[in-house]
Amino acid sequence: MPKQEPNERVKNFNEVALGYSEEMALREASRCLQCKSPQCITGCPVEVPIPEFINCILQKDYLGGIATIKTRNALPAVCGRVCPQEEQCQKGCVLGKKGKPVNIGRLERFLADWERTHECHVPECAPPTGRRVAVIGAGPAGLTAAADLVRLGHAVTLFEALHVGGGVLSYGIPEFRLPKAIVKGEVEFVRRLGVDVRLGNLIGRIHTVPELLQQGYDAVFIGTGAGLPQYLNVPGENLGGIYSANEFLIRVNLMKAYDFPESDTPIRIGKHVVVIGGGNVAMDCARSSMRLGAKVCLNYRRSRDELPARKEEIENAEEEGLVCKYLCAPVEFYGDEKGWVREMRCACMELTEPDAKGRRGVKPIACSDFAEPVDTVIVAIGQTPNPFIQRTTEGLDVDPRTGIIRVDASGRTSLEGVYAGGDVATGAATVISAMGAGKRAAKAMHEYMMGRPPKGARS
Amino acid sequence: MIVIAREGGERVPLTICGCDSAKGTVSFAFHEVGKTTKELGTFEEGESLVNVTGPLGNPSDIRSFGRVLVVGGSIMIAPAVLQAREMKRAGNDVTLVLGCRSEEFLFMRDEAAASSDRVIVSSDDGSIGVKGLGFLTDMLAKERFDRCVVLGPIVMMKRVSELTKPYGIPTVVTVTPIMIDGMGMCGVCRVSVGGRTKFGCMDGPEFDGHLVDFDELVKRQRTMLPEERLSSMLWEKNRGCEHGRNEG
Repeated sequence: MPKQEPNERVKNFNEVALGYSEEMALREASRCLQCKSPQCITGCPVEVPIPEFINCILQKDYLGGIATIKTRNALPAVCGRVCPQEEQCQKGCVLGKKGKPVNIGRLERFLADWERTHECHVPECAPPTGRRVAVIGAGPAGLTAAADLVRLGHAVTLFEALHVGGGVLSYGIPEFRLPKAIVKGEVEFVRRLGVDVRLGNLIGRIHTVPELLQQGYDAVFIGTGAGLPQYLNVPGENLGGIYSANEFLIRVNLMKAYDFPESDTPIRIGKHVVVIGGGNVAMDCARSSMRLGAKVCLNYRRSRDELPARKEEIENAEEEGLVCKYLCAPVEFYGDEKGWVREMRCACMELTEPDAKGRRGVKPIACSDFAEPVDTVIVAIGQTPNPFIQRTTEGLDVDPRTGIIRVDASGRTSLEGVYAGGDVATGAATVISAMGAGKRAAKAMHEYMMGRPPKGARS
Repeated sequence: MIVIAREGGERVPLTICGCDSAKGTVSFAFHEVGKTTKELGTFEEGESLVNVTGPLGNPSDIRSFGRVLVVGGSIMIAPAVLQAREMKRAGNDVTLVLGCRSEEFLFMRDEAAASSDRVIVSSDDGSIGVKGLGFLTDMLAKERFDRCVVLGPIVMMKRVSELTKPYGIPTVVTVTPIMIDGMGMCGVCRVSVGGRTKFGCMDGPEFDGHLVDFDELVKRQRTMLPEERLSSMLWEKNRGCEHGRNEG
């Protein structure tokens, strides 16, 4: 797929991948073997009928193609961009055994982008069931659950704490990977399905889950994600110039600090930026920093082989000039007289034997510390769920260490009528796995609600 | 509360200083110091803010303590008056100190009188009331207080906390660090309390004044000062608006 050239794109926040032309899409679609038992569908967490929509592309029935995707996936423009297809649908593709798998993600994106510039397909909803559902969090899990539930005929209220919908798609994933206009379009689609979207409403503070149930909601879905930043807990971490990945990305993406002073929220970025971490969030921070004009070094405590980030993202970042330093971790930060970070001391690490899950641990090498000058540090070592709902919902079974809400396979929590899915129930994971969880929970919630009279009728 | 004034604007944290559930109103006071607060000052009655999210943060601890000293400084006089009123309603004997730079910055004096048993006005330059906070030293030596609540500039909260510490008076300060989301996501509002990092938005805004690292708080407050000034200057240049103070 055509991309912006590295030396060009590192100067702007425009989308890196430019998308297929119609000709390219048709050529790629023609490679699909239309298997009898398609493994690509099995690999997709929301089971999109992939060969069917690819066939629609071949017939140039783009509206039919997008409608096919939307039977299973309410956010194709997002998934076509940020899903790790190489580990999901494309992993099972028969063509991939001997060569390159069909590029399913790019075809999905082609259809979604086609729809954005053509007619919009709004599916029919089932007749009203008389049941009311509260969905908390307008991120991937919540948007998916809300879309599925409203289509099943339930009255859905979607509560979002921030002033825009999309959750991590808006505040976390950068513009150059996922343009915010697309996220806005996907949220708008869910609204057009009939979901009542309430922005600026932090459940757990303004209302609690028990209050929602008392207010007559028949069921509640919690999809509040993992928004609480983790810190290193080393001395000097509260100096100026040390951002959590969340702070950095919220400033840059959600509040558009790259446009300051045109936008109101600033970001101060120095000349020597160090990003701590090795996941997709760390890559997003590093690539954003480069676009703000900084030289960036990524410090990861394991080695390159253990980097948890998507391969495509690592390659993109390296093409753009990212320098990585492996097997080191910060132990202390030092500041200047104004309280701004100026130096960082790191310890060298060594890998230990793999644990039961096959993941290698690390331990510091004695007397290996070294210091280096820095003026901006971005700590991207993970996020855990925000605790507001967990703290205000009595009887909700929560892992006390991580704040993760415990659920069964269909998203059921320990409280009747209360479901959860996405990062809040798994810890930080992918957009599509959150969508899959939203989908499964929506199905279970539908069955639960239809098995009993609506609250509205009872009161 | 987090407020966004206009489309595309920043998210600013403001402290609630009153509400009327019958009328469905919430009030807050702000000082026109930066771009957004200056912009808020231009709003006419009936105009809408883009977004108001709240109340966020933990509720204040209002109970019957006995004798309560409430100190409000600068723009935080407004929420201090509310605290005094609620403390009085909870059966406390309330002494309310209003601290201001000079006479022209003093406001809500009548409300203060109606909300407490005793009001003491203090100004930095002595243009009204007593000069400075030195009087507190004597007062604390002579009188017994069961609780102290301070809302105001960091230097003031630090000073009062230092004064109450020798007497072991539980002292609650309200921190107003930089915030963006205001709901525990960004961590820009980190405050060291007793050596542990807390989030102003989620764990606060009230903390034990004897445990807060005020020096760190001041430094963190100032990290974006050049950018804030630039933003404000550009706004002035574009709109040419008047300076002043406003209550909303």
